[in-house]
Amino acid sequence: MLDKALTGGRRYWTWIFVLLAVIGVAVLTYLKQFNEGLGITGLSRDVSWGIYIGQFTFLVGVAASAVMLVIPYYLHDFKKFGKIVILGEFLAISAVIMCVLFIFVDMGQPMRITNVILYPTLNSVMFWDSVVLMGYLALNLIIGWTTLGAERKGVKPPQWVKPLIYLSIPWAVSIHTVTAFLYAGIPGRHFWLTAVMAPRFLASAFAGGPALLILLALLVRKTTKFDPGYEPIQALGKIVTYAMFANVFLLGMEFFTAFYSNIPGHMHPFHYLYAGIEGQGKLVPLMWASSIFAVASLAILVFPSFRKNEKLLAIACVMLFTSLWIDKGFGLVIGGFVPNMFEGITEYWPTLPEAIITVGVWAIGLLVLTVLYKVAVTVREDTA
Amino acid sequence: MSINRRQFLKLVGVSTVAGIGGAAVFGGLRNSGLEASQTSPDPRSLKGKRWGFVVDMSKLKSDEDYQKCIDACHSIHNVPDMSSLPEEIRKRQEIKWIWKDNFEHTFPTAPEDEYQNKEMKEKNFFLFCNHCAKPACVRVCPTQATFKRKDGVVMQDMHRCIGCRFCMAACPFGARSFNWRDPRGKDDNGRPFIKPEKENKEFPTRMIGVVEKCTLCYERLAKGLQPACVEVSNGAIVFGDLEDPNSEVRKIIAAKYTIRRKPELGTQPSIYYVIGGGEHAG
Repeated sequence: MLDKALTGGRRYWTWIFVLLAVIGVAVLTYLKQFNEGLGITGLSRDVSWGIYIGQFTFLVGVAASAVMLVIPYYLHDFKKFGKIVILGEFLAISAVIMCVLFIFVDMGQPMRITNVILYPTLNSVMFWDSVVLMGYLALNLIIGWTTLGAERKGVKPPQWVKPLIYLSIPWAVSIHTVTAFLYAGIPGRHFWLTAVMAPRFLASAFAGGPALLILLALLVRKTTKFDPGYEPIQALGKIVTYAMFANVFLLGMEFFTAFYSNIPGHMHPFHYLYAGIEGQGKLVPLMWASSIFAVASLAILVFPSFRKNEKLLAIACVMLFTSLWIDKGFGLVIGGFVPNMFEGITEYWPTLPEAIITVGVWAIGLLVLTVLYKVAVTVREDTA
Repeated sequence: MSINRRQFLKLVGVSTVAGIGGAAVFGGLRNSGLEASQTSPDPRSLKGKRWGFVVDMSKLKSDEDYQKCIDACHSIHNVPDMSSLPEEIRKRQEIKWIWKDNFEHTFPTAPEDEYQNKEMKEKNFFLFCNHCAKPACVRVCPTQATFKRKDGVVMQDMHRCIGCRFCMAACPFGARSFNWRDPRGKDDNGRPFIKPEKENKEFPTRMIGVVEKCTLCYERLAKGLQPACVEVSNGAIVFGDLEDPNSEVRKIIAAKYTIRRKPELGTQPSIYYVIGGGEHAG
């Protein structure tokens, strides 16, 4: 089926080559980082994880969100998702590949990555995270490819794929829960030491992922002859709305516990992120932008009449996605490191090489997504 | 039974994956007790169940008292000297195994007290790896590059470390340093971080991209010597076995009021600070 990605119009190839060019620049920049070390990033001994790990965390959520299509379609026989469930599965594949790459570019000794498998360490959450992520990638590759292949031949998917689909549901929840455990089990990082970390991860994932999927579905309709349909997009819109309310609610819980308890260590990261401490607050504008986007997107989504207007829905999805991208892809990680273990402030901001590498990983993800969607869309166009 | 090429390749693929995965899992289960030494131990080597320090603050008076301990450690362990880098970069990227900081930074979760006496507020404390009994860094490391020895030393295998820095996120004491740049390299003006004439050839230098920290002078303990900082501290840092009730460290802890850094986190640090002053029970 991959051959279908090799035929396309001028627009398709232009897009592919633009992505390849961006990837090329990023690869060269990565070689510089590989040779000179992570010192070319904005990271430091106080803020030892930054935008790479933030993006990784955010994208695990995007990957997990495919389950929001799988559950209604396969468990509740919600037929309307039949057309777009493949878009969710292929988005998951692309997201997991980006996750793996973000981990890779963050490592000090990437050539030793196999040590995680050679010396499996059951007490390390990172070991489990790599296990569940690889498993999730395999599940989605097998499920997506098999069901699409069956559709191309006009037959039903083979029976053996059904158990894998059911398995993929708890598995999707597991990848984001385990990713939350990377943070939530660490003593001494007040911002992360919270039992609602995993629930909030899931809520923000089930809002952000489907929001991205809505935008992608609208884009597919605009650029190809395949129409994902009005109703599936509306159904996704409802999911996004509920999940985003849950996410904002859980964020509110964090504020209450920190400020009503009045425990300094719990309040400091929030002070740093939303107000700045001792005049240092590089993330303050970003965090407020995230909050404003969150409220604005909900103000649109909560009213069915607004949501039913696809233009307004798209605007809401862009704002919501941006809001979560800032909150989870950046603020979450930095808030754990500032103030540092000595209650001092060391600020972090990504450097240009770091930003280029980050964009490059996204470009690889988009390339994978484009190729997979091209295959899926062409199969749909052929069988239509 | 005959199989075609496609089936054969499938079989080979599946059995390879199963083989690698299986070996990895069962290999991991066997390694319940870690023992790093490969040769028979030196008969002079110091034996203990839980090595620890007591730092007697009354004996640390001048900056030199601190500096000679820091220099002793950093020089024998080839810790790169980044003082020639611009201040802003040095602070972010420096490597330190032992250093000093004020009360507020050393004990940030101690009750905030605006009325605390000035002397204590301005006093500097020694900081190093706490060699915790329940180390968070060991719990999170995905490759067992950091592990706990039977004598309580929290070790760091710089040859296995993948540089993921999970341990740095987990350590509540900021005791871990990452090699953001090549420690064997030079600054922009061509000054090496480890001067060739000062390099200790008996201790390995590190490579770029790995985490390092105080390893309680395991290489000296193996030869029957006390840690380097202890040796030059004029009694300010006392070394001993916390599990041995007759050890000097235990006697001091029994006789004096001592505090540890962030004990509420349950990592059980093995470094005690005597802050009251006066002579310790010997």
